[in-house]
Amino acid sequence: MQKFKETILAPTLFVIALFLLWEIVCRVFSIAPTILPSPLDIWNALLKYWNPIVSNSWQTLFTTLAGFGLAIVFGLLLGVFIGWSKAIYGALYPVMIGFNAVPKVAVVPILILWFGIGTVPAILTAFLISFFPIVVNVATGIATTEPELRDVLRALGASKLDIMRKVGIPRSMPYFFGSLKVAITLAFVGSVVSETVGSNAGLGKLMLDAQAAFKVELVFASLVMLAVLGIVLYAMTAWVEKRMTGWAFRGENQGF
Amino acid sequence: MNLGDPLVELKHVSMVYGAGANAVKAVDDLTLTVHKGEFIAVVGPSGCGKSSMMKLISGLMPVASGTLTLEGNAISGPINKVGMAFQASNLLPWRTAVDNVLLPLEIVQPHRSQIGSKRDEYRQKARALLESVGLKGFTEKFPWQLSGGMQQRTSICRALIHEPEILMLDEPFGALDAFTREELWCMMRDLHAQKQITALLVTHDLREAVFLCDTVYVMSDRPGKIVKVQKVDLQRPRDIEVTYSPHFQELVQELRSFIGRH
Repeated sequence: MQKFKETILAPTLFVIALFLLWEIVCRVFSIAPTILPSPLDIWNALLKYWNPIVSNSWQTLFTTLAGFGLAIVFGLLLGVFIGWSKAIYGALYPVMIGFNAVPKVAVVPILILWFGIGTVPAILTAFLISFFPIVVNVATGIATTEPELRDVLRALGASKLDIMRKVGIPRSMPYFFGSLKVAITLAFVGSVVSETVGSNAGLGKLMLDAQAAFKVELVFASLVMLAVLGIVLYAMTAWVEKRMTGWAFRGENQGF
Repeated sequence: MNLGDPLVELKHVSMVYGAGANAVKAVDDLTLTVHKGEFIAVVGPSGCGKSSMMKLISGLMPVASGTLTLEGNAISGPINKVGMAFQASNLLPWRTAVDNVLLPLEIVQPHRSQIGSKRDEYRQKARALLESVGLKGFTEKFPWQLSGGMQQRTSICRALIHEPEILMLDEPFGALDAFTREELWCMMRDLHAQKQITALLVTHDLREAVFLCDTVYVMSDRPGKIVKVQKVDLQRPRDIEVTYSPHFQELVQELRSFIGRH
């Protein structure tokens, strides 16, 4: 019961209160819907433009998940590679930092130049922006394997691959699944940014068009849809994390 | 006490960390013999190279000079004839106690290639070992469900499952409370008696060393040298009460007088 109050009731009430306050502010100060539409306006716009919003949401969801999928594959591979040895870790880490420091929005024009306007740049932007946390987390999980445990296994004649398979990779899994929560959010940001810069479909593109046509309520309706999608994606990865690495969430010595 | 054949022999061994100007000598002119079935302890101040010595014998670090042999053969790299346990139990949190104990068998030949087909048999063996150290009813628990003492018992079982020639213990009881520590001393004493294990214990605790061991070596500050060899002539099997006897106290005090003196 306590848990229900904390995890369901409290946030729901807070969201309702937030929208109520927004509605009240809009009415009391008579804010023009072209500046800040009220929640009711946005709701009406959502119903009115439901078809384009849904079809563009699917597009955004698809590019996000495609980029995220690529990020998982490459992130895991590169993370294991970097975590493999201190030398590789040392050599690649600065490059990775530099790469990550480049704002990805600056890369989108290049991607469009290479692949043309469309789905591919959005997928690639989502991938580029989201694979970094996965790499760093996997590499860190592997690199922080206890030296004593390494010694125990090495003294038994374990190869590097053995240590990786038996300890390094399983050990890095909580880090990996933890990073997915960050990565999915970033992938989402990446695909929307790319859609906004140059695309022919997706929520980013829909917002851009709505803004050009001065349909402010549609801009906000798309924004709400983005928020909902973002929350759903985050919740899904958080759920997967809990399911896959339950052991890492247990306290130590709780048995006694 | 009847000494078995020499198992591990160190003759004038030295070991160096790093190279060139940064090289640090960890141990110097180390000479000692571990006989089959003998329980020896190496005591000394922090950083005297006790743990380095363990790395030497397990083949994780090469000797800089001198000779180091196991059953007459020079140790030049990792040999799977050692089992190791440390102050931290280092159990894998995603495996149950019994699966943690099985880990070495997944690495060491010939078990490695047999474990797939004989999993149940190996599991039975691991379970029996855990039960012999008082973990009946806890073999299927995860590490976080075990107390610190139980985790350490599991860790020692993991070090023994592949029946190593020598068991190396690096302050295995250091993080435990005083009562649990004494319980584990008794467990170790019984294991040694039942299985005729050869063991090398690295510790700060002189009482622990005297209670468990046949021979205690005192090392000096870095670079570690042996400054005292003390045979422990207490009758086996030893009860924990022996630690209150005058002779036990004398032995401990004698050893104490050699620590940090050089």
